[in-house]
Amino acid sequence: MLDRAERGHRKLVEIKGLKMYFPITAGIFRSKVGDVKAVDDVSFDIYEGETLGLVGESGCGKSTCGRVILRLYDPTDGSIRIDGVELSDADSGTLRKLRPTMQMVFQDPQASLNPRMTVAAIIGEPLDEHSRLSKAEKLDRIYELMDAVGLNRNFANRYPHEFSGGQRQRIGIARALALNPKFIVCDEPIAALDVSIQAQVVNLLEDLQDRLGLTYLFISHDLSMVRHIADRVAVMYLGRIVELAPRDALYDRPMHPYTQALLSAVPEPDPEIETERKRIILTGDVPSPANPPKGCNFCTRCPKVMEICHNVNPPFRELEPGRFAACHLYEDTDTTAGKTAAQEELTSIQQGV
Amino acid sequence: MTDMPASKVDAALKPPRNQWWDVWDQFKTHKGALVGLIIFSLILFGVTLGPFLWRIDPTYVDPNPVNMLKLRNQGPSFAHPFGTDQLGRDLLARLMAGGKVSIAVGMTAMLLSLLLGTLIGVLAGFFRRLDGILMSMTDLFLSLPLLPLLLLMVTLFREPLSQRFGTEAGIFMLIVVAIGVTSWMQTARIVRGEVLALKEREYVLAARSIGTPARRMVLRHILPNVMSPIMVSATLGIANAIITESALSFLGLGFPPDFPTWGRILFDAVDQMQLYPLRVILPGVAISLTVLSVNYIGDGLRDALDPRIRGR
Repeated sequence: MLDRAERGHRKLVEIKGLKMYFPITAGIFRSKVGDVKAVDDVSFDIYEGETLGLVGESGCGKSTCGRVILRLYDPTDGSIRIDGVELSDADSGTLRKLRPTMQMVFQDPQASLNPRMTVAAIIGEPLDEHSRLSKAEKLDRIYELMDAVGLNRNFANRYPHEFSGGQRQRIGIARALALNPKFIVCDEPIAALDVSIQAQVVNLLEDLQDRLGLTYLFISHDLSMVRHIADRVAVMYLGRIVELAPRDALYDRPMHPYTQALLSAVPEPDPEIETERKRIILTGDVPSPANPPKGCNFCTRCPKVMEICHNVNPPFRELEPGRFAACHLYEDTDTTAGKTAAQEELTSIQQGV
Repeated sequence: MTDMPASKVDAALKPPRNQWWDVWDQFKTHKGALVGLIIFSLILFGVTLGPFLWRIDPTYVDPNPVNMLKLRNQGPSFAHPFGTDQLGRDLLARLMAGGKVSIAVGMTAMLLSLLLGTLIGVLAGFFRRLDGILMSMTDLFLSLPLLPLLLLMVTLFREPLSQRFGTEAGIFMLIVVAIGVTSWMQTARIVRGEVLALKEREYVLAARSIGTPARRMVLRHILPNVMSPIMVSATLGIANAIITESALSFLGLGFPPDFPTWGRILFDAVDQMQLYPLRVILPGVAISLTVLSVNYIGDGLRDALDPRIRGR
């Protein structure tokens, strides 16, 4: 799986300073009284052929981030470039032409399929919209896609409610694949499935990536699944990316205190290690994205909070080649100092994870 | 069938068949709907083809006053199976002629109000910018006192329309439009509510991510899923329209007095209801049967159109 990251060094997706604010209106005149900062100044790149995992707790803006990248929402600010084409200000006509390169797999396979359409109609919808295939050609393509995701061809005339969750998610994946996209946003594709089916779907996604050279943005809150599928992992907290690093580096040696806390929450299968290891328990709740704290977003819950954290928002910087984090702990020192600090953290807290 | 050898292709593998066959298969299993369909077809045949078999003119009054008086208010006989009315006109012929008008008015007015209601409901629900205006308009219409408004419309427009399109066609149009534009509001509100909920569903988002334009999104994803409430308002709408037309005729503001409709026949009979109950019962039964059978058809259709219920 490592070679996959090295396969492409071309940036397929480039996100710079992306902001998605939802206005809060109140009063009789529906005047704007504030913003929900769902995605607040997020920048990252996704290389061709890789899988970028995007993790974070519920409500931190992961899904919004995925949707705004596909321009399902209109971003407040920032730039989205997919395959070199700027999307953030594209009009609907241009956007429609660009849709085939980027597709999405949704979280809830039940809700993402129209209950009144047959499987063939659902998978065929993108083909109806973007291609001029004859009826027979379209049916061939639909069967081909059903084979690709491991669905029996006889199911083409059935309706979504007749399928299990895993099969429905396969239908969703087949629909996303119909137009030969380069980039797929997987928005928690396994969250609504039980564990045995999760593995099937993730393996299917990996298999399709190998065969078709797809690039994924894999949004999930399941850290172990992200560890399995992702090449690089970005950690989000309250609308911002706090850390972005290659998978193994991130899991072995998390730098940002939030990442450390997040990883320490992953249960350990070995009961002996589980009883011995110290978990970082975060106190308090996530602040409201409508009213984030001054300075660093994590300063209200950070176990290593410093004076500066309450005043200055830490910049998202490259601390080591390929490793980015937004934390004052690693500021005013060179990268080697940052590394040692992180290793101290590792030995003291991250035992066994 | 791209790369599979022919022997491995399943015999059950059929190309997707037209969904309306599935709908029909399910519809057939709904007994009430089937009975309703049969009764409604019988009524339809009766009122359209009946006059060709039963050739008595529904407006024929015997010019000889003595004969006319003799023929009045007769009970059922071979010459007049349903009897005669207070002017000696054949009731069977009048019921057939009246049914044609009543059903035509009911159907067209229902279609018009359904069209208006669905259009306004979908536009208001789907496009946030139109929501405020359209819903205020709906509330405005809901707040109008309907019967006075209908009376006003009829008195204002009866003459000009009669002159332009002929008496019957003009009044037909007037009544259909009057009933149509005063009964779409409930449908609009129900449809808007459904659309508001549906457009947040993930499959609509999925269609957006595919790049489906708004109008096809509405046709492909929204409309089929608001079919059930539309179906219900449609079936109730037919009943409502027939009854409103009866009420207008009853008030003497519908079709001209000698022009039979079910409502008019009922109105004419009410005076002597205690002496000749059959003359009230017959048109009443005709209206009820039509409304009931249409309701059952709508019920069956609604179930048949929903794939989740289909096959149960």
